[in-house]
Amino acid sequence: MLKLTRYVLYDIIRSRVVLAYAVFLLLVSLSLFNLEDNPSKAILSLLNIVLIVVPLISMIFTTIHYYNSYEFIELMLSQPLSRTRILLSEYAGVAISMITAFLIGIGIPVLIYVPDAVGATLVLTGCGLTLVFTSIAFLASVKARDKARGIGSVLLLWFYFSLIYDGLVLLILFSLSDYPMEKFTLLLAALNPVDLGRISIMLKLDVSALMGYTGALYKEFFGSNAGVLFTSAMMVLWTAVPLWTALLVFRKKDL
Amino acid sequence: MIRVESLRKKFKKLQALDDISAVFSSGQVISLIGPNGSGKTTLIKTILGMVRADSGHIYVNAKPIDGDPGYRSKIGYMPQIGRYPDNMKVGHLFSMMKNIRTMPDAELDTDLLVRFNLVSIFDKPMRTLSGGTRQKVSAALAFYFNPDILILDEPTAGLDPLSSEILKEKILQEKKKNKLILITSHILSDLDELTTHIMYLQEGKMIFLKDINTLRRETGEDRLVKAIAGIMRTDKKNALWIDEVLAMKAGKEHP
Amino acid sequence: MLLTILNLCIVVMLSANTIEVGKDRRGGTLRQAVSLAKSGDTILLYPGVYNEGNIIISRSLHLLGIGSPVLDGELKNELLTLSGHGIVVKGITFRNAGYSSMNDFAAIKVIDATGVRIENNTIENSSFAIHFANSTLSVIRGNTIRGNNKSEHSSGNGIHLWKCSQMLVENNSIEGHRDGIYFEFVTFSVIVQNRSERNIRYGLHFMFSNDDHYEANVFRNNGAGVAVMFSKKVTMVNNHFEENWGAAAYGILLKEIKEGTIIRNTFLKNTVGIFMEGSSRLLIEKNNFRNNGWAVKVQASCDENDFGFNNFFGNSFDISTNGTMMLNRFYSNYWDRYEGYDLDRDGVGDVPFHPVSMYGMIIENNPTTLILLRSFMVSLLDKAEKAIPSLTPENLIDDKPVIKPNRL
Repeated sequence: MLKLTRYVLYDIIRSRVVLAYAVFLLLVSLSLFNLEDNPSKAILSLLNIVLIVVPLISMIFTTIHYYNSYEFIELMLSQPLSRTRILLSEYAGVAISMITAFLIGIGIPVLIYVPDAVGATLVLTGCGLTLVFTSIAFLASVKARDKARGIGSVLLLWFYFSLIYDGLVLLILFSLSDYPMEKFTLLLAALNPVDLGRISIMLKLDVSALMGYTGALYKEFFGSNAGVLFTSAMMVLWTAVPLWTALLVFRKKDL
Repeated sequence: MIRVESLRKKFKKLQALDDISAVFSSGQVISLIGPNGSGKTTLIKTILGMVRADSGHIYVNAKPIDGDPGYRSKIGYMPQIGRYPDNMKVGHLFSMMKNIRTMPDAELDTDLLVRFNLVSIFDKPMRTLSGGTRQKVSAALAFYFNPDILILDEPTAGLDPLSSEILKEKILQEKKKNKLILITSHILSDLDELTTHIMYLQEGKMIFLKDINTLRRETGEDRLVKAIAGIMRTDKKNALWIDEVLAMKAGKEHP
Repeated sequence: MLLTILNLCIVVMLSANTIEVGKDRRGGTLRQAVSLAKSGDTILLYPGVYNEGNIIISRSLHLLGIGSPVLDGELKNELLTLSGHGIVVKGITFRNAGYSSMNDFAAIKVIDATGVRIENNTIENSSFAIHFANSTLSVIRGNTIRGNNKSEHSSGNGIHLWKCSQMLVENNSIEGHRDGIYFEFVTFSVIVQNRSERNIRYGLHFMFSNDDHYEANVFRNNGAGVAVMFSKKVTMVNNHFEENWGAAAYGILLKEIKEGTIIRNTFLKNTVGIFMEGSSRLLIEKNNFRNNGWAVKVQASCDENDFGFNNFFGNSFDISTNGTMMLNRFYSNYWDRYEGYDLDRDGVGDVPFHPVSMYGMIIENNPTTLILLRSFMVSLLDKAEKAIPSLTPENLIDDKPVIKPNRL
């Protein structure tokens, strides 16, 4: 497994896209920290990068990588290797390189400039979202017939998770505003990894606002040890379930 | 060595394999022939596990192939169009394969590597290679691990006459070592002297699998192409393809 | 008994108007000393625990603790009841004053007094610690007050002033009471450099108290922050309001306040920095609002308030309101959310700033939507609203937002 992952990593590093991604993130975070007098404002901008750009790049990169490695996968399939092992190696290679790029580009600057709970949560959330969206993109790529469809579907998924879903939540909350919706809202938030990530950071960043009437319930839930466990478990599920499904599809797929 | 039992595979509307049953044994050189889309490559890929059959079974050395992928360590595969990771260097490709198959250097068959003089291009990335050179790489890889079974998909297509001759000699050598060799070919001529059996596929159905002497006897034709053409003529099936084969044959004989 | 009285007489004779109690384990009770002392006398109370029940002082005595003697009420009695003028109580530890649901028992109760000084005492585990009623010109200074932090109903206030005037509350530290400092019908009084923390309800509570001034106090982590209600001409300067968290917790809650000033205060990490209701003609200048949930909530019932030269950093929401009318003025504030430009480089942004966000209005209507805070969709909504304002109050704008934070 590690043997194969090594070759996947080697291939990814040779293509230099990941390097460009790391440099891009590094430039963004360094310029944010240096231009803003106030590091907490830079954190807010980085929050948007983590919640929007990281999932997008993770998904698009994964999809392109998958189709570019088609030859490699084919070659490996004629070797005495199981399909599960091949796909997991691909996943590990992509995830490791994306997380490394993220840690170099955002993780290190954040931990240098804002070495507190907010910074740590931001970095952890970014890593979590990278894992989740790499996994979702693998599922989409394995399912899609060609590169164009693959990229199209990950773009749609990204759009759904980062924008449409929250729009739907807002719509539901308004149309059912006569009912007590707090608990239901917790459930809704858990069904979107971007929301889960956002809420974990929000718990650190907007703790004052969250202590208000409804916020207190959210804080009580997500802020407790059980809530942190729940959030982590949901993130793990959001990584494992798409990857598992991708494996099932990949095992039955004709190449 | 390989037993195929009532294999069926359907791609959308196309019945690629329709109830194929056959037994291939060591020491045989089987020419898989048939028009484009007759299911040759699908059959090969199914044996390699790259395509999953809808029904039926394949046994390699009496073991069903859908369990352990280890059976593929007995097979050397040369694809029709060799596709390799673009950024990978030729030398790296060989060392990677060696690493994956974990075979001691002493047991490797570097014959073709030497005769195609591939070592001189070890530091070239795969993407810079011409189609013919890629074929040489594919061929060298197929024989590299000294496998008991060789599956060669259109091996001489794209090779210059000299390399083609080298490859043929190599196949002959391996034949003498009592290996099983499966060759698909569109054009028969250059494999005449190697073949021991002909398997003829059309529209996913196996029309016949006969040893070459029987075939000659039945048709009274000495030349393989004519023998097959004779059969096809009497069947009047897909006469167009046969004419095409004959035309090429004629072209070669009278330049 | 005879011996003690004898001893006491000797003490009295030795130092004409200084009475020592408890020195070298000699001497009588504090009660005896108080009853013997004449106006202008000093009673020195030496270390020891005195369980003498309620002691009433109505003459002008100085009661001075030496090496912090302890008066213990055994949770039954009021400890000291003072009345008159010029009484001083200093350096004594009061412990376990009684609680009654009928009377407001206190560790030190002062009724109908003037010129009283309560200084450097420690008051522990009492429902009311220092309770003044109907008094004037008195000083409460340097006391350390630790309540037992029970429920709102069974607990009393740390420093409780009712119907007083010209009082000074200085340098006290209060925690674990119902209200840290409570003012009702108190006028022309000053509260400076106190710390009021972890009280069940308000760190400071003003009711019907006019012309008061409070400055350089720290109010932190109180159940509901500071409440100033039904009062006029209160000035609040240089105070720190920190970490007052909760559904109904505010840095300052202003209710029916007229003509006050709130200057150079710091509001840090409060659920709501300032909540205003029915308030008018307030001047709110040069304050720092940092990392609050809502920096300022201005209800539509407020008018003619001026918000100028304040700095807003890192608040989840800057200003929020519940109506579409806005009769208050905003000018020359620094808003970290401001995205305008300053072409003429005069330090003032060239486009006005709308401190109320669309999402802020949505939250007011439907608090559950707080779960969407900082989502991409919300920031798009806010951007759209900025381009085409429709829901947010049109005239709630800062015409001259400054580009760099105001120096305070």
